[in-house]
Amino acid sequence: MLSIPCPWCGPRDETEFSYGGQAHVAYPGEPSTVDDSGWAAYLFFRENPRGWFAERWMHRAGCQRWCNVVRHTVTYEIAASYQPGAPRPDVA
Amino acid sequence: MSPDRVSDWQVTKRLPEQPDFLWAEAEPKPSYDVIVVGAGGHGLATAYYLAKNHGITDVAVVERGWLGGGNMARNTTIIRSNYLWDESAGIYEHALKLWEGLEADLDCEVAFSQRGVLNLAHSLGDVREGRRRVNANQLNGIDAQWLTPDEVQKIAPILNISADVRYPVLGATFQSRAGIAKHDWVAWGYARAAHAMGVDLIQGCEVTGVLREADRVVGVDTLRGPIRAGRVALAAAGHSSVVTASLGLRLPLQSYPLQALVSELLEQVLDTVVMSNAVHVYVSQAHKGELVMGAGIDSFVGYGQRGSFPVIEHQMAAAIELFPIFARAHVLRTWGGIVDVTPDASPIIGLTPYAGLYVNCGWGTGGFKATPGIGSVFADTIAHDRPHPLAEPFSLSRFESGALIDEHGAAAVAH
Ligand SMILES: Cc1cc2nc3c(=O)[nH]c(=O)nc-3n(C[C@H](O)[C@H](O)[C@H](O)COP(=O)(O)OP(=O)(O)OC[C@H]3O[C@@H](n4cnc5c(N)ncnc54)[C@H](O)[C@@H]3O)c2cc1C
Ligand SMILES: [Zn+2]
Repeated sequence: MLSIPCPWCGPRDETEFSYGGQAHVAYPGEPSTVDDSGWAAYLFFRENPRGWFAERWMHRAGCQRWCNVVRHTVTYEIAASYQPGAPRPDVA
Repeated sequence: MSPDRVSDWQVTKRLPEQPDFLWAEAEPKPSYDVIVVGAGGHGLATAYYLAKNHGITDVAVVERGWLGGGNMARNTTIIRSNYLWDESAGIYEHALKLWEGLEADLDCEVAFSQRGVLNLAHSLGDVREGRRRVNANQLNGIDAQWLTPDEVQKIAPILNISADVRYPVLGATFQSRAGIAKHDWVAWGYARAAHAMGVDLIQGCEVTGVLREADRVVGVDTLRGPIRAGRVALAAAGHSSVVTASLGLRLPLQSYPLQALVSELLEQVLDTVVMSNAVHVYVSQAHKGELVMGAGIDSFVGYGQRGSFPVIEHQMAAAIELFPIFARAHVLRTWGGIVDVTPDASPIIGLTPYAGLYVNCGWGTGGFKATPGIGSVFADTIAHDRPHPLAEPFSLSRFESGALIDEHGAAAVAH
């Protein structure tokens, strides 16, 4: 089981969280100018790396806030957790 | 254990003696007509049908680990074709028909046992969804029935159908032609037959990149050096995104660990397959007597071939409520495999923006059942450089056109 460091509550069990997939996926700035391939990229295409990955978790059974976590997808080591809006820290 | 309580299969059949070798290890040649990346069931079946149906035998199957060591030998072997949409009915039923003749075709036992599959409904939503799927299946000529709880219990007497449980059984769909097979025998059967027709099987050879000249793919880079090829066909399942990353080709996939477990050997207690999407339990009793149970996927993207404990714990709690006698069985092993999940729970099959590069991925938690079907359809797609009619709806471009094939109801995390 992962121990996920919530930036507000500290380390908590994975089962207290809901997963939100890749972090830093911005809503298209000018929706009316986005073409089909732009919408496909926004809706369906995510990074799927074997390595470091920035992802969103929601502390459902705790403070109910979202946070971002940089985690390695093979070792599951967590290198950073930070508040939404903050830039992705350089870990690798 | 008295002989009359042993399953027929155990009485009438013995596991065959293992021959020393079913195929010979090959060293990579400098070039091939077709390179298939990944020696799971899909890659091996593709090579077999390339040779058998299309006379294309200058083929290498290049495998990072060992043959059949990926999801092919990790799955819970459930085979069925009762998906919702016409597109899915097409490809899964094509596969099921090939399963029905596979032992004769490969001249090899695969222990395909059509013992039927129950998909349980635990809520009004499940009931409506199940009935709708039965209707859709029947319209597509696929055998399907809706069963009441009493009828369900006749087929699986050890199932708890009482009303005062967390997950009451309100009914089930039943496909009687569905079943299980021995997955490793399937892999070996395809490998042996492909090898006999001249296909090179190369193990311990990780593909690290795809070689291209302008928009045409011309081979692969491997840890044992480059290998040239006229055509490259990807069948790398959970690692597909990693293989295409070198080309800058993005796929709408997320890879997750999916777990399963087996119990110690038991006397025959269950002679059908029972699945419950809602509680992520799917169970059958393998030929030797062990209960084979699948669990859910981890909640997060991962390539660690092990799963989270809470997933197993949740699944076992539901399994024991549905099958109270399982509480006495000991778990022997748990394991995980990496499954490649698409946004619509349907696979991606076909051509890519690069000439000579073909992709087959996104089968997620449920691609074992498709093995013969996808092998033949993918081989045909490669041989003719156009999507086979059954593959056409499953193109990569559907994520731009919006023509998704949403099988979350029939596939979900279960199989
Ligand atoms: C626990 C579990 C239970 C499942 N239960 C069912 C079920 O009941 N019914 C069902 O229909 N499906 C089930 N599945 C899904 C099914 O196993 C897969 O969809 C199917 O096996 C995928 O096709 P494959 O056999 O070709 O994959 P794999 O056997 O995974 O083959 C892919 C191969 O590619 C190789 N590879 C990867 N990267 C590279 C590289 N860079 N270079 C060279 N080789 C590479 C891998 O080593 C692997 O051998 C289950 C899966 C799991 C994990
Ligand atoms: Zn918190």
